[in-house]
Amino acid sequence: MSKKVILHDMTLRDGMHPKRHQITLEQMSSIARGLDDAGVPLIEVTHGDGLGGASVNYGFPAHSDEEYLSTVVPLMKQAKVSALLLPGIGTVEHLKMAHEIGVSTIRVATHCTEADVSEQHISLGRKLGMDTVGFLMMSHMISPKSLAEQAKMMESYGANCIYVTDSAGHLLPNTVKDRLQAVRDALKPETELGFHGHHNLGMGVANSVAAIEVGADRIDASAAGLGAGAGNTPLEVLVAVLDLMQMETGVDIFKIQDVAEDLVIPIMDFPIRVDRDALTLGYAGVYGSFLLFAKRAEQKFGISAREIIVEMGRRGMVGGQEDMIEDTALSLLRQKQRA
Amino acid sequence: MAQKIKAAIIGPGNIGTDLLAKLMRSPVIEPVWMVGVDPESDGLKRANELGLKTTAEGVDGLLPFVKEEGIQIAFDATSAYVHRDNSDKLTALGVLMIDLTPAAIGPFCVPPANLQEHLGQGAKNVNMVTCGGQATIPIVYAVSRIQPVDYAEIVATVSSKSAGPGTRKNIDEFTRTTASAVEQVGGAKEGKAIIILNPAEPPLIMRDTVHCLTEGEPDQEKITTSIHTMIAEVQKYVPGYRLVNGPVFDGNRVSVYLEIEGLGDYLPKYSGNLDIMTAAAARTAEMFAERILATATA
Repeated sequence: MSKKVILHDMTLRDGMHPKRHQITLEQMSSIARGLDDAGVPLIEVTHGDGLGGASVNYGFPAHSDEEYLSTVVPLMKQAKVSALLLPGIGTVEHLKMAHEIGVSTIRVATHCTEADVSEQHISLGRKLGMDTVGFLMMSHMISPKSLAEQAKMMESYGANCIYVTDSAGHLLPNTVKDRLQAVRDALKPETELGFHGHHNLGMGVANSVAAIEVGADRIDASAAGLGAGAGNTPLEVLVAVLDLMQMETGVDIFKIQDVAEDLVIPIMDFPIRVDRDALTLGYAGVYGSFLLFAKRAEQKFGISAREIIVEMGRRGMVGGQEDMIEDTALSLLRQKQRA
Repeated sequence: MAQKIKAAIIGPGNIGTDLLAKLMRSPVIEPVWMVGVDPESDGLKRANELGLKTTAEGVDGLLPFVKEEGIQIAFDATSAYVHRDNSDKLTALGVLMIDLTPAAIGPFCVPPANLQEHLGQGAKNVNMVTCGGQATIPIVYAVSRIQPVDYAEIVATVSSKSAGPGTRKNIDEFTRTTASAVEQVGGAKEGKAIIILNPAEPPLIMRDTVHCLTEGEPDQEKITTSIHTMIAEVQKYVPGYRLVNGPVFDGNRVSVYLEIEGLGDYLPKYSGNLDIMTAAAARTAEMFAERILATATA
């Protein structure tokens, strides 16, 4: 099988989560240059929760989206820059700002059952001539058939690529394949297909390979895995695996290892690994970005992060409900005090 | 009080029908007309069965009867696109418009925060902001009346089933309008609004979180009292408005975790987001009506 796969770097966007959105402009510039030089074709730069994510709820970043983007975009020799937008958090004004700075790809993300809130943003992205991606988060929560219906909606608004996003790192190779296949079958042949994985069950690379086997054109990954939960699919590992599978990525095997090892590992605040809390996210199917908030609530209220995560899952919380972590911790605390 | 102020509802959809149920119980408002555009609509039929006059010719169908029947208040539960036209035609005849659409031509109205102000100013059109705004701005106001609020942020989570196609097509309008009312009515120097749709089954009851960043250390005792007083105030017209957790004080952050359960008049109880809009609109109308009646008898 000889095929070209577009690797989309997440280090500077999903990687913002474990950095509590505090990556400096210098760190961002040096990592982005390294990725560009290694041949990574597409790099995402945004607050971890997308454009407009700066908030009490998700964390205030060290710099605004505008500052990060206008720092990175002019540095790129070959790589294009993308931005993420979650309707309900970011607005069309944010999208226009990113476009003006030179962002070429806009990725509009909704919970997997709520694709119809993306019409406003997807249609504007398309109208502006951007590479416009629909991003279906927490894809494990619905059936392949329902997911395909949501994907078709995004395609009808103008998305030229649809992502199956495993925000909780809960999917396994066969459940990845079921979903991508159903979406592939539902979409027009020219619409591209993507997969965004998390490593909470250690399946990042295996799931990405499974996605490629059923026709994914784009795969998200992150240098040294820097990302929410146990991180994203580690980019340097994926590049090596795809090379062995004789798939073309255009990314230099050694250069990307050096970016991971020399630039990304040193900025980590803690090792990105499958610890018990991240594993619980994957096992229980809970949104990856909840991890640090749950750990902080554990520190503050003495309720274990794992217990909070399980309760969030039980209550059917979706991406963006970070506010419910403190609320859940307080309610669990009250229950314990009563008992 | 035997005398009631006559009112019309424009828009016989879910919101208009739920509003009608609330107005039927009002001691000061008598809903007399339901205005729609589709003669076959269930909403018009329901209103008709409840004894209202109906028209399927839009506001133009109502205009000839406004003076004749003494209609003094109209509620618009249609859409932002047609609201301006409806409002122009009715306010020209001296009718007070209560706008439940996101059009926001008139000033924002959040009853426990600024209704008294509007009553004194003889407003012709007041806008009910958004569901998230009605649920959270009273709390922002409760903090800012004690101490300056540099920044307030609200997170509204509604069940997927209670977010209609209008909201979904223009979700930015929710964030923009709510954020601006958090500033103008809530009293925060800077406002931000976030909305999340949650598809869980059974549908979750509306949840709202309010985060305020106060100027300097928050006065915990006074702020806590102010918030509890405000919650009791909102409960007068939304009995299912509840404090789940908080206020949590963390540095200069004050966070309040709320749950809003609807009355279940026409809409299901989990749609607290829609209920608080109709309840606030009814409350606003009643306050205006009481004032009109008091002036008339004085």
